[in-house]
Amino acid sequence: MTTTIPVPAGTRAAESTAAVRVRGLRKRYGTHQALDGLDLDIERGEVFAILGPNGAGKTTTVEILEGFRSRDGGQVRVLGEDPALAGRAWRARLGVVLQDSRDLSEVTVGEIVRATAAYYPAPRDPHEVIDAVGLAAKARTRVRALSGGQRRRLDVALGIVGRPELLFLDEPTTGFDPEARHQFWDLVRSLRDGGTTIVLTTHYLDEAAALADRAAVVRDGKVVALGTPETLGGEAARTPVVRWTDSRGTHAERTTEPTAMVARLMATAAGPDGEVPGLSVTRPSLEDVYLGLINPEEKR
Amino acid sequence: MTTLAVTPRLPAVLSVARVRAGIEVRQFLRERDAVVFVLIYPVMMLVIFATVFGKSPIALPGGAGTVGFAQYFLPGMIATGAVLSSFQSLAVTIAVERDDGTLKRLRATPAPAAAYFLGKVAQVVTVTVTQIVLLLAVAHFVYDVALPTSADRWATFAWVLLLGTAAGAVCGVGFSSVPRSGRSAAAVVTPVVLVLQFISGVFFQVDQLPSWLRQVGEVFPLAWLAHGMRSVFLPDDARALEPSGSWQHGLTAVVLGAWLVAGLVLGLRTFRWRRRDDG
Ligand SMILES: Nc1ncnc2c1ncn2[C@@H]1O[C@H](COP(=O)(O)OP(=O)(O)O)[C@@H](O)[C@H]1O
Ligand SMILES: [Mg+2]
Repeated sequence: MTTTIPVPAGTRAAESTAAVRVRGLRKRYGTHQALDGLDLDIERGEVFAILGPNGAGKTTTVEILEGFRSRDGGQVRVLGEDPALAGRAWRARLGVVLQDSRDLSEVTVGEIVRATAAYYPAPRDPHEVIDAVGLAAKARTRVRALSGGQRRRLDVALGIVGRPELLFLDEPTTGFDPEARHQFWDLVRSLRDGGTTIVLTTHYLDEAAALADRAAVVRDGKVVALGTPETLGGEAARTPVVRWTDSRGTHAERTTEPTAMVARLMATAAGPDGEVPGLSVTRPSLEDVYLGLINPEEKR
Repeated sequence: MTTLAVTPRLPAVLSVARVRAGIEVRQFLRERDAVVFVLIYPVMMLVIFATVFGKSPIALPGGAGTVGFAQYFLPGMIATGAVLSSFQSLAVTIAVERDDGTLKRLRATPAPAAAYFLGKVAQVVTVTVTQIVLLLAVAHFVYDVALPTSADRWATFAWVLLLGTAAGAVCGVGFSSVPRSGRSAAAVVTPVVLVLQFISGVFFQVDQLPSWLRQVGEVFPLAWLAHGMRSVFLPDDARALEPSGSWQHGLTAVVLGAWLVAGLVLGLRTFRWRRRDDG
């Protein structure tokens, strides 16, 4: 089931100004249906997270939006154009940070950021960009010699130096240590404050919670939940769960009236000492809700 | 709806191409493998062969005198260098760039495809010119090879080199789609060029090859490049050492031109910005 939370009034915009609009997107690899009718609406100025486990179809989705991959079906509009047909002028308005990069080993940070700026009509100042991603001390270092986290920040520098209206970040912080991740989050927030629309894929719930105005949870190529990170899954998913154990095993039941349920269990499932074995009452955390969304079969 | 047309114009192709050229040349010169196996290799071979065989000049038929070994060997090394710095270098680096994501990253930007290729052209020209200057300098100053003095010969030198390098470059772009990964690229491309070197008569006198092998070699541009270069650097009497007994400039132009056109068509049709398995 898809839970829809309306866009906050301030950012609600007419359809023609949406940054991204996707309807019924389908993509198959061989016999594997990677995207199975995916819908997305991303408004200008928001940070939108596409959240989901590995293999959910996040990269396939953003690479179709970026114009790299073809689609088997569905409608896609990115900044008002079909990515499969759009040209140079359209690409000048995008910033793309791909999921993995192993290239550029022999050039220096400064050289490649300056060169990339020259591809765009109205680039940012390369110095400021290098500063903003925290690589000022590495400007003369060859890319080969950067650490994983520094390389990722360079990817971001190259993604934003063209002053994009819309920035795609595909798993930007995978492999970061916690401090680097927090610095990166600050960078994303400052870009958002500068007016850049940001589409970010991640399999980290905390990243979506920390950054995103809205998030879509994707599983098996479909959006299974949509909303602000705190409200993902809707009220129902936050219903308390009562757990207990008896001779037949461990039980878990959702109820809006946990107190009444515990009272009932005292009468029917308590041992000679009056205790119900393994009794607990929990209100699902955001994490639990998310795990429930991506593994619906698992009882929790 | 009319939007305010404040969007600045996209940079011109040539200005992006200039930036790409700077990146390409720097990348090439910083890659030690490329410098050794593309730029220096023909000079190295010239030095080794001229040192080992330098005492045995090659007799021209009919008592027309002799040609020093280094002088006979130089045209083959110039031809080899041109093929290495166009075909081998592009086939390997583009395969690697496709595999490691350089091309995909570039494709995500508004940089035009033409600027990428012009950057490659600038790199190939830089390397080829450097290489030939090195070869000529070593041959002339170390091994006393006399360089041509007539404008005619230098004109032949220029068009054979230009046509051969251009054909090699476009074929390199096409061949870059053959290796299945960046890691295998050098292993796939290098033997092709090595075999070509052997059957195109750049290491031995052409008339020492079995004729069927020589005919196989004559299908490919390297043999014609070498043939054309011999017509520049050897005395006219050396024609008699050639299987056809003549310099065949017309045929050289036709074969090299045909490879240029075929390579261009194939290269443009097969060029991909991404790996085969990339969605
Ligand atoms: N190029 C490809 N060829 C074949 N299958 C692919 C390809 N890319 C992705 N897939 C498959 O499609 C599914 C979605 O992949 P992907 O979009 O990369 O997911 P995510 O980015 O969410 O991890 C996975 O099952 C993956 O194995
Ligand atoms: Mg992915």
